[in-house]
Amino acid sequence: MTLELRGVRKDYGGVEVLHGVDLVGRPGEVLAVVGANGAGKSTLIKILSGAQPMSAGEMRLNGEAVELRTPHDAHARGIRTVYQELSIVPGLSVTENLLMGSFPKRRGLIDWTAAHARAKELLDGIGFGAIDPRSLAGRLSVARQQMVEIAKALVAEPRVLVLDEPSAVLAGSDLESLFALVRRLRERGVLVIYVSHRLAEVMELATTIVVVKDGRVIATTEPSRTSESELIGLMAGRRLEQIYPDRRADPGEVRLSVHGLTRRGEFEDVSFALRAGEIVGLFGLVGSGRSELARCVFGAEPATSGQVKIAGGDVRFRAPSDAIAAGLALVTEDRKRTGLVGGMSVLDNIGLTTMYGMRRGPLIDAARRRERVGEMIERLSIQPEHCASMRVVNLSGGNQQKAVLAKWLLAEPRVLILDEPTRGVDMSTRIAIYRMIDDLARGGLAVLLISSDLTEVLGATDRILVMNQGRVTGELRSDRTTEDEILAHAIGQAA
Amino acid sequence: MTGQLTEPALTPTDPRRLPRLVLAGRDITVATAFVALIALLVVVAALTADTFLTPTNLTNLLKQMVTTGLLSFGMLVVILTGGIDLSVGSIVAFSGIVTAGLVSGLPIPVAMAVGVVSGIGFGLVNGALIARFELAPFVVTLAALTTIRGLAFVYSEVPIAPEDPGFFTLGSATLGPVPVSTLIMLAVFAVGGVFLTRTPPGRSIVAIGGNAETVRLAGINVRRHVVLAYTISGACAGLAGVVLASRVGIAQPSVGVAFELDAIAACVIGGASLAGGRGSVRATFGGVLVLVLINNLLNLYGVQSFWQQVLKGLIIIAVILVQRTNRVRS
Repeated sequence: MTLELRGVRKDYGGVEVLHGVDLVGRPGEVLAVVGANGAGKSTLIKILSGAQPMSAGEMRLNGEAVELRTPHDAHARGIRTVYQELSIVPGLSVTENLLMGSFPKRRGLIDWTAAHARAKELLDGIGFGAIDPRSLAGRLSVARQQMVEIAKALVAEPRVLVLDEPSAVLAGSDLESLFALVRRLRERGVLVIYVSHRLAEVMELATTIVVVKDGRVIATTEPSRTSESELIGLMAGRRLEQIYPDRRADPGEVRLSVHGLTRRGEFEDVSFALRAGEIVGLFGLVGSGRSELARCVFGAEPATSGQVKIAGGDVRFRAPSDAIAAGLALVTEDRKRTGLVGGMSVLDNIGLTTMYGMRRGPLIDAARRRERVGEMIERLSIQPEHCASMRVVNLSGGNQQKAVLAKWLLAEPRVLILDEPTRGVDMSTRIAIYRMIDDLARGGLAVLLISSDLTEVLGATDRILVMNQGRVTGELRSDRTTEDEILAHAIGQAA
Repeated sequence: MTGQLTEPALTPTDPRRLPRLVLAGRDITVATAFVALIALLVVVAALTADTFLTPTNLTNLLKQMVTTGLLSFGMLVVILTGGIDLSVGSIVAFSGIVTAGLVSGLPIPVAMAVGVVSGIGFGLVNGALIARFELAPFVVTLAALTTIRGLAFVYSEVPIAPEDPGFFTLGSATLGPVPVSTLIMLAVFAVGGVFLTRTPPGRSIVAIGGNAETVRLAGINVRRHVVLAYTISGACAGLAGVVLASRVGIAQPSVGVAFELDAIAACVIGGASLAGGRGSVRATFGGVLVLVLINNLLNLYGVQSFWQQVLKGLIIIAVILVQRTNRVRS
């Protein structure tokens, strides 16, 4: 099915966010939409999926003008959308999630044997055979849940499939399954609209690349006619020679060391040390235990055994407050769930960690807090400039991430743990974050950078720890290793 | 870009939407509508009920809002954490009857302090059960509702009417034209407003309702703040019980049934979210005024009490619908 957008505009309460978007997608195409945060990609997706009506312009399917008022309209026209946010029901089985509303029945009752068989067939058919249809969806890893989400959209055999950041939580073989699936859908003549921050995969998968910036399509190109760096330049609106700063580490004393740390069922016998002035990468696929390790070191979850030492002395963090008092900071991977209080102001969010320390009598020292938070907003150039009293959810994703960073930097940590700090973040913010981490390390901070992005761990760190199934399987020097070597350790197949 | 799934936002042309009013960059549509509603109630009352503007009725009005007011503030604190406190009506009864019972043997201020402290104690237990064992606030405080009500009857099956005139002072004394009890309630709102907006524990309570895990990872003891919230609610209910018994001059173990519902209603009319993290002290006070004015007005009209309940329910729905359609979506 050919999908055409002509002069699509969208405004929210008088503020126009899409200024006349033209787009054409043909059957068998993979149309990649790339753009910085706030460029208008999400709005575009909402219009395609029927979640939001357009304010002006038209949509044509096979030449016929259509109006999508609800997601149901979109479904009826063969358009399915898979959002970044999971919408599966965790308390139901994979089968139920997939077949909801269309269960095979026998004498009026659901025929479970047939239902599971049908689900299995569906999953096998799209190359997701590794997922057991009988398991509870909520028990699956986030990566597998995302795959169920995609499978669910495919049950209705859509002609247009919109994927919003489908790879954000996928790695390794799961990512390969996704790529294989997209290629297969292409062969079947499905139009795949693929929105992603990961330019490498866009270059690999897309047939057409559309660059969106400030609510407009500013370029339409093909992978063979462009390069990652050109796309970055287009998205950011400026030329970017280098993404990662030059690292010349001069590690100082040991700030944090972990000895044989174990948390049953999550990771086992993990030891490493972080020195002042050094950026250590921690790479692992989803399920390798990297985030769990970070949370445990930070005192958010108790360890089963093992020790954490700060400046040589044994410590026992019973709660995050103990870790913070010892100079640790943890920027978690999911800012919505664990990084921000969405309904509160930017000021409240950035000031959260330091609130109790900034008192005057029983009250918060409002003037001092406003000043310190203001400094942080300026230092990290959080946009818009005067956002202190704005609700933090109204910031763009990249700026939200900067707000989380600001919150922790305000606590003046000596050890900074960053869990996927650039996930769902646009390229220019990404670069700003790398610069910031580099600066902090130069200033003597010890940094642990957890990431599932190979280019990132290679580019932004001095040393890399690799985890596989809860164990550290390799320690590599960033300037002497390769993506392949890291990956080999990560899947437990290093020589 | 959050890509979040939300229901279609209402556009400014939506006929259900009030024209937007903006003052100093803030949307004051709902606040204005709110003040207008209260003003309207007052004007209608003044024009249609001869007795509304009489000093007796106005003093009554001021006294009547004390119980609902105190309970509503405590309820707001709990609701902000994302919880609910169903036990406040029973605490009102317990603290009242215990105070009245102790008056014969103890100095009056001490007896009254015991009443308030009993409320604090119940709040502590509620909070501890909810925070320590991660039990559902609804269930814990529902159990407390029946337990504490039972304890009030265990203490005294019959109403207790102390003879010492000192017992009535708290509920009946006035400062100029204003009842002292009303001033106490206003003071609670004033201090409470500062507490919730400008102190670390107050901000923590609001933040916990917004996202408890974020707060925990920020190094703040979530459990302790949850306990604090229920303790505040218990204290308010304890105080309300003492004031009510003193005003009426008699303490009954059966008093305060369904008071928690009025308190919840006041918070909700004031725009508080039962999911936590959103609510305002000022608007909750507005909610209290709306409820008390409606009650008073319907009484003056001589509307049958059952119809009063029906009307109150309908008005709550109407107010919430106006808020819902006008909430700025982002």
